[in-house]
Amino acid sequence: MKRDIILAGVGGQGILSIAATIGMAALDSGLHMKQAEVHGMSQRGGDVSSNLRIADHEIASDLIPYGQADLIISVEPMESLRYLPHLSEKGWLITNTRPFVNISNYPSLDSLMAEIESLQNHIALNAEEIAKKLGAARSANMVILGAATPFLEIASEKIRKAIRNLFARKGEDIVKMNLEAFEAGYTFALGHMN
Amino acid sequence: MQKLMLLGDEAIAQGAIDAGMSGIYAYPGTPSTEITEYVMHSKEATIRHIRSGWSVNEKTAMESALGMSYAGKRAMVCMKHVGLNVAADAFINSAITGANGGLIVVSADDPSMHSSQNEQDSRFYGKFAMVPILEPSNQQEAYDMVYYGFDLSEKLGTPVLMRITTRLAHSRSGVERKASREQNGVKLPKNARQFILLPANARKQYKTLLQKQAEFENQGMTSGFNSYFEGKDKSFGIITTGIAYNYLLENFPDRHLPYSILKIGQYPLPHALVEKLYNECDELLVLEEGAPIVEESLKGFLNTGKRIKGRLDGTLPRDGELNPNIVAVALGKVDTYGRKIPSIVVGRPPSLCKGCPHIYSYNALNQALETWTKGRVFSDIGCYTLGALDPFDAINTCVDMGASITMAKGAADAGLLPAVAVIGDSTFTHSGITGLIDCVNQKSPVTIMILDNGTTAMTGGQTSAAFGRIEDICRGIGVEKEHIIIMNPSPKDHDENLSVMKRELDYQGVSVIIPRRECIQTALKSHKAEKKLNEKVEA
Repeated sequence: MKRDIILAGVGGQGILSIAATIGMAALDSGLHMKQAEVHGMSQRGGDVSSNLRIADHEIASDLIPYGQADLIISVEPMESLRYLPHLSEKGWLITNTRPFVNISNYPSLDSLMAEIESLQNHIALNAEEIAKKLGAARSANMVILGAATPFLEIASEKIRKAIRNLFARKGEDIVKMNLEAFEAGYTFALGHMN
Repeated sequence: MQKLMLLGDEAIAQGAIDAGMSGIYAYPGTPSTEITEYVMHSKEATIRHIRSGWSVNEKTAMESALGMSYAGKRAMVCMKHVGLNVAADAFINSAITGANGGLIVVSADDPSMHSSQNEQDSRFYGKFAMVPILEPSNQQEAYDMVYYGFDLSEKLGTPVLMRITTRLAHSRSGVERKASREQNGVKLPKNARQFILLPANARKQYKTLLQKQAEFENQGMTSGFNSYFEGKDKSFGIITTGIAYNYLLENFPDRHLPYSILKIGQYPLPHALVEKLYNECDELLVLEEGAPIVEESLKGFLNTGKRIKGRLDGTLPRDGELNPNIVAVALGKVDTYGRKIPSIVVGRPPSLCKGCPHIYSYNALNQALETWTKGRVFSDIGCYTLGALDPFDAINTCVDMGASITMAKGAADAGLLPAVAVIGDSTFTHSGITGLIDCVNQKSPVTIMILDNGTTAMTGGQTSAAFGRIEDICRGIGVEKEHIIIMNPSPKDHDENLSVMKRELDYQGVSVIIPRRECIQTALKSHKAEKKLNEKVEA
């Protein structure tokens, strides 16, 4: 078993919280893991990505080879497309549809959605809108994580446990809010997998 | 033992804590910053009274570490690759003095320039100084090599250079710890003249260094960090250095490599192993993350032997970092590059944060300079370098730490007036002060803007050595009091700031303008911390 995952977004959007949760669940499942992060200049509103590799055997490279990623998990629609060279033919693209516009030449959302929808395996959802409806506006990333979970090959219960652990020190209310956001994304993906 | 999930940087820090290090010195720089930060935040390090913190620049950090080594204790100094340029004088000469307590110099290279102005390879410096170099291929090796490196340093009385690259520095993986050991006590060098590099003594010391070279190489034969794997297929043999080994392995999912492999993790290069590979195989392929140093030394100037493939003959790209696909192509395998990036996807360069004080400094400066032709703003290394991009297009140079002030001076000397320097508070203390002394001594007509946000922002908000004393420093150097102006970079003060800037641009001497407001990132952080504290108090 191996899951090679590209996490994508814009510096400051907090993709590392998704990576940390999956990583914690992977370790809890007795799997090997490597996670390459982006620090430094790009964190100031530039494009950022993380290579997260999980396997039941030792992992060699910190970087995922092109064409071999099983998943792209993106918290921003344009950023989800930047890593298509990495996605395998059967891989899935899970992305937020809410754009983060901090450049003047940002493409139209319609053109982005057309590209995303041209992929056979994709889940696209407006995580902010879903989170807001739940009264959990700050948990959009957990909606995205939920939507990616059916494809992780890690028991969803392990992910829930990791969320509990990760947010435990912030209190029970925050834990509950994040779990609800997670469930909303998870349910959405289950309903849109085919 | 439970494995820790550590960044390569953190593995180095944990290794140093466990190996009995007494102090770590550094100036922040991507991708090296997290080494020192880890030690600063480590409870174990606090309990063990390990000295940690930021120095004003890499040179002072290197010298402090050397001083701790002189006193008999184990010390580490960390920097990014270009930081080693700043520390080079101390570093090269530390090879001549040698070490007393274990001394490891960590230099983190940034091939592909993710966050840097060049991709120089620190191994050149190791070779130049003639000290042993350690180059880990993964996080566990990074940990183990630090532990080993302190022993090597003490055993052979030499500083050891540890070279890592961005991908290892900022990638996380499981690391198993060793038992931690005691720090050294204070113990002066046996030879009281070891550290006195007067010519007569330096000559002796240099001969000693030369004599040690054979032993440096021998150590690499027994440490386990240089390994030879025999393969059946002798059509070519492969040499890997550092993390290039991982990219090679990645191309053989079952891990059965048909070729003979020499995996290098320690330098000087082990001649015996290189010769063995050369003699056994028809040709060689060299996979190095960084410059083709090994490849070049094997080929030599005349390149008359067997074919050696690598970055110099186009088998691999000459620049940039390696990845599994580049190595696949070099091995004659298929590139698995997937779908193309759709053409509608555009670049998203980093930008100044919303509410960043630099925005207002640049807005005012741009307007103040409207009446002159473009091309007269000399800038420096930091967040404000982003002023080069839209919508500011406000600066014309960014070369090295401190170069803004001195380049503005040179341009002013050439007659380009007004000449403006833009430098941050931390970069000013790092390497700007000396340049300012030049300007003052020669009464150069330069306008120097020291953007004071009270922190080293680009690398994540480390303390800035100026601590709000910039005007005192400038005054002490001799800048005239009426030409040291502190302003608040905000829209409401725009008109006033603009007129002050125009006035100072006209002044035919040294003027220093200090736009001062806290970095928006550190302000948000301290606001959050304060809120938390208040919540606790209320609870």
